[in-house]
Amino acid sequence: MAESYRRGHPGHALFILPYLTAFVVLLAFPLFWSIWLSLHKVDLFGPGRFVGLTNYTRVLADPVFLQAFRNTILFVALSVPTLVALGLFLALALNRTTRTTSFFRGLFFSSSVLSVTIVTLIWRFVFIPRDGLIPVIFEQLGLQPINFLSTSGWSLFAVGVATVWWCLGLPMMLFLAALQQIPADLYEAAALDNASPWRVLRRITLPSIARTIMLVTIIQIVMQFQLFGQAQLMTNGGPNGTSRPLVMYIYETGFIRWDVGKGAAASELLFLIILCAAMVQYIISTRKPEVRE
Amino acid sequence: MSASIEIANVTKRYGTLTVLDDISLSISPSEFVVFLGPSGCGKSTLLRMIAGLEDVTEGMISVGGQRVDTLPPGKRGVAMVFQSYALYPHMTVHENMSFGLENIGVAKKEIEKRIRLAAETLEIAHLLDRKPQKLSGGQRQRAAIGRAIVKEPKAFLFDEPLSNLDAALRGRTRLELAQLHARLGSTMIFVTHDQVEAMTLADRIVVMHNRKIEQIGTPMEIYHHPATRFVAGFVGSPAMNFIPVQRITQNENGTAVDAAGIGNLDTAIRLPTAFSSQSATLGIRAEDISVLSPGQSGVPLIAEVVERLGDRTLIYGRLSDGTKLTVEADGRNEASAGDRLEIALDASAIHLFDADGMAHHPEGE
Repeated sequence: MAESYRRGHPGHALFILPYLTAFVVLLAFPLFWSIWLSLHKVDLFGPGRFVGLTNYTRVLADPVFLQAFRNTILFVALSVPTLVALGLFLALALNRTTRTTSFFRGLFFSSSVLSVTIVTLIWRFVFIPRDGLIPVIFEQLGLQPINFLSTSGWSLFAVGVATVWWCLGLPMMLFLAALQQIPADLYEAAALDNASPWRVLRRITLPSIARTIMLVTIIQIVMQFQLFGQAQLMTNGGPNGTSRPLVMYIYETGFIRWDVGKGAAASELLFLIILCAAMVQYIISTRKPEVRE
Repeated sequence: MSASIEIANVTKRYGTLTVLDDISLSISPSEFVVFLGPSGCGKSTLLRMIAGLEDVTEGMISVGGQRVDTLPPGKRGVAMVFQSYALYPHMTVHENMSFGLENIGVAKKEIEKRIRLAAETLEIAHLLDRKPQKLSGGQRQRAAIGRAIVKEPKAFLFDEPLSNLDAALRGRTRLELAQLHARLGSTMIFVTHDQVEAMTLADRIVVMHNRKIEQIGTPMEIYHHPATRFVAGFVGSPAMNFIPVQRITQNENGTAVDAAGIGNLDTAIRLPTAFSSQSATLGIRAEDISVLSPGQSGVPLIAEVVERLGDRTLIYGRLSDGTKLTVEADGRNEASAGDRLEIALDASAIHLFDADGMAHHPEGE
């Protein structure tokens, strides 16, 4: 018994078989198949024709792709820091155990459990011209109304606001969990060391949760690069494609114009971009590891 | 750099739960005082109240003549060494030591000077660039003490700082702490549940039990003249023997005590007239009981367990009426479990405790 426990038994592999099957069929196989697809001219009605890297050169030369790429980068560059900063701020504010803070923790997290359709519906009510919440407020204040959903520049901003509202719960909870791991006696030592609240935040709290900040940033970069539902449902990528993200470009190319090879090539490029972003974060985070006693 | 500490009628309550009840205590400048007591007696709470980490419900605390219980921890002029050391994990030892000084705007040159001095005193100069996680337990300990020293506080507060060290290191660090106190001449308060630490380090021991101070005294006073039955039982290893008293007869020389399983003993204890033998207890330490050589007759004891410690032998046995008794014999004693021994009690080392646990000692000691 002890022997088999130590050495392992071939039969034990059966226990990971269910997950391994799902992983291979649903993740590994599609990944390689999409690489294969991206090298072929495919239209789903017949066998593909090998075209080498042609799909990639077509994607990179496509102004619509380049616009979607710029939109996505801009979206990630604005939404991720906002999510990290706002999540951290809320976690710091709610990092004590009272009835009120528990209520607000629940409240801020509750948006995360909604589906994207509900979220976009809510925010359409907020932004929709004339009867939406914001136009009403603008009107009350005597300001010139802005059509957030169909004005170039503002439409991506509106998608961003809805996204931050929707995704804020997870960063907040991860930060709260990290803050609660910090030993209380560090703060007591700091109190005896005459540290101001600002010095405590900068020299004790933030360094203690540095790794979690990095983790949340990576998770959010990976997630926000995959923006699709909110843009699709709130602005449909408009006006003029100014709020069209990469995933929407892939969807339109592959499933509306049925240029599957080109869509697959674009998704490989997105995969590479996310991989690079995650790797950069990972390298930075492992170079300056968080130190725990 | 050393100040008196005055604790006047301090009470601590959490809601309806009282954890410290009307504590008063004066500590002189340069004194090394140890708060000794079992877990949950409130000793750490009292220390944390002096540090400012717990609020004072009632009463007053002064350091160096200045009332501090209304001040934030950093303004009280005390430094604390935590049980877990509480070193800032992402700062080097040097940064750990400089952090508090930077916060109060001490000049860079002065900071460097103080750190260099403290590092030399504690022999941690070669560790200054390391982070706590790269240090051993003993080194962390020194770094934590160093962080306290550089602040040049009016008083040092130690919260069970040796409890995370292994036995050998604990003994060595204890010695070094005593030397440090001699060198710095600072007021120090040290919290522990370890009576050896208390006996060896303290100028005075404050024995705490059940929210109150049981006794304040020098280690020898505490050991030889325990004020209460609790102190008598808590301090000393093995613990003092307690034997129920059956009858007491007062005479002109003192008191004759008739204790269960022992018989009559003439002691020099003078009891107040109101003393009742009801629920009274006789106390005697194991080392004040001797094993008689074969042939001599005394009080019979059946040995049940014999512990040989090399320099001495501890015999755990039962008197004829079943009362448990521990006897300390010399290291060469050859008694073994099951033996019937004859023992003698040193009547001059007997303590009597009344029903409330208050102690009475022989006169002339």
